[in-house]
Amino acid sequence: MKHYEVEILDAKTREKLCFLDKVEPQATIAEIKNLFTKTHPQWYPARQSLRLDPKGKSLKDEDVLQKLPVGTTATLYFRDLGAQISWVTVFLTEYAGPLFIYLLFYFRVPFIYGHKYDFTSSRHTVVHLACTCHSLHYVKRLLETLFVHRFSHGTMPLRNIFKNCTYYWGFAAWMAYYINHPLYTPPTYGAQQVKLALAIFVICQLGNFSIHMALRDLRPAGSKTRKIPYPTKNPFTWLFLLVSCPNYTYEVGSWIGFAIMTQCLPVALFSLVGFTQMTIWAKGKHRSYLKEFRDYPPLRMPIIPFLL
Amino acid sequence: WLVLAIAMVRFYMEKGTHRGLYKSIQKTLKFFQTFALLEIVHCLIGIVPTSVLVTGVQVSSRIFMVWLITHSIKPIQNEESVVLFLVSWTVTEITRYSFYTFSLLDHLPYFIKWARYNFFIILYPVGVAGELLTIYAALPYVKKTGMFSIRLPNKYNVSFDYYYFLLITMASYIPLFPQLYFHMLRQRRKVLHGEVIVEKDD
Repeated sequence: MKHYEVEILDAKTREKLCFLDKVEPQATIAEIKNLFTKTHPQWYPARQSLRLDPKGKSLKDEDVLQKLPVGTTATLYFRDLGAQISWVTVFLTEYAGPLFIYLLFYFRVPFIYGHKYDFTSSRHTVVHLACTCHSLHYVKRLLETLFVHRFSHGTMPLRNIFKNCTYYWGFAAWMAYYINHPLYTPPTYGAQQVKLALAIFVICQLGNFSIHMALRDLRPAGSKTRKIPYPTKNPFTWLFLLVSCPNYTYEVGSWIGFAIMTQCLPVALFSLVGFTQMTIWAKGKHRSYLKEFRDYPPLRMPIIPFLL
Repeated sequence: WLVLAIAMVRFYMEKGTHRGLYKSIQKTLKFFQTFALLEIVHCLIGIVPTSVLVTGVQVSSRIFMVWLITHSIKPIQNEESVVLFLVSWTVTEITRYSFYTFSLLDHLPYFIKWARYNFFIILYPVGVAGELLTIYAALPYVKKTGMFSIRLPNKYNVSFDYYYFLLITMASYIPLFPQLYFHMLRQRRKVLHGEVIVEKDD
């Protein structure tokens, strides 16, 4: 069996960083990354991008050396992706914040509202209901991060955690401030409006959870396989017939429900911003599905049935 | 903008004071400065290679000054700081638009290019100073009248305080101004430095 030689060059400076000899032909990129870390410990595998061409696409961890278009001496180009942080860590941090912050406002902790309101409680039922909904929503997200989601990428760039937390924590504080304010005005159409909004919220939360479970079942533990999602026996998953990313559809629905329930403009703005971002993600995902699967159902739209 | 410049110079020569200057040129100013919104559109549709974000920030700050400060807060219209930024904007825009026009005609006199990439070194900080001083002068009036603000309680459960918004805007100059300034300095080095090398080859 012939062994390969692998030399790793810096993609920008073309400087020779590492030379590996006696590499197995069946070695994967992941294994090569591990070998590279041995000589350069500050570049752990998650922050390495290895490619065949300095300006080309990154090779995948699963790619096998033998199957790449290289001779027995392979030249790989290295790019540093910067400090990385695990998705799980980011999710837990960005979701724990709103949960905690909202409660600070709900319990009217000192220095937020005037001192005469410290630790007082709102006399509006909807305010208590809103706190329950908001809190359960983020508890659900935390539990899903720990037990449900299966991530294809382990990590993301470190600076994302600051950007993401600012977004989630900032909006949570802004919404919570008004909903729990002593001068809060309950919805114009009273209990009817709240009941309808609550129904929308609960249905969409159940829907979102159902989709997360369905997506999880598509992929065995520890793998990175990708398959077309299809509706299951669960009626909430039937939205897959019309939409590529029903989890995002349900998520937007939940926040619209919450906005109607609280009749609070900041909540509506949060929903709008979230919808914009999720639409961008849904379109990207939809495009990937179309590229990867020839038999992808043609009726499906990215996020809104028939429209978007 | 030349119209504006001439109007301002004539006013000062006739009246000898800057008081009432803004009032006399305000329609022209509003007309031409608002039209600058087109520059954002040009970036969006791609006929101009500049970033939408950079142009957006610069045009927005001008629109903000003209409509949300000087137009809306009448008591500060006779402040000296207003003249400061008006003069700075006028000279800057005349230089900038001349640069674009001559570039398009393929007959760019070196001094226009020189002006476009050197005047800003003084004009930019002067303009910013004028803008900041004007906003600062406006603060007491904004606080007293509570203009452009939404108070609680209201049925959409939202509030907005224009006074604090202005304070935050003033603070935002601190990170934004150096970025735009250094961007221009880098452009200058690229354009004028390149020019020097070409001349040496000759």
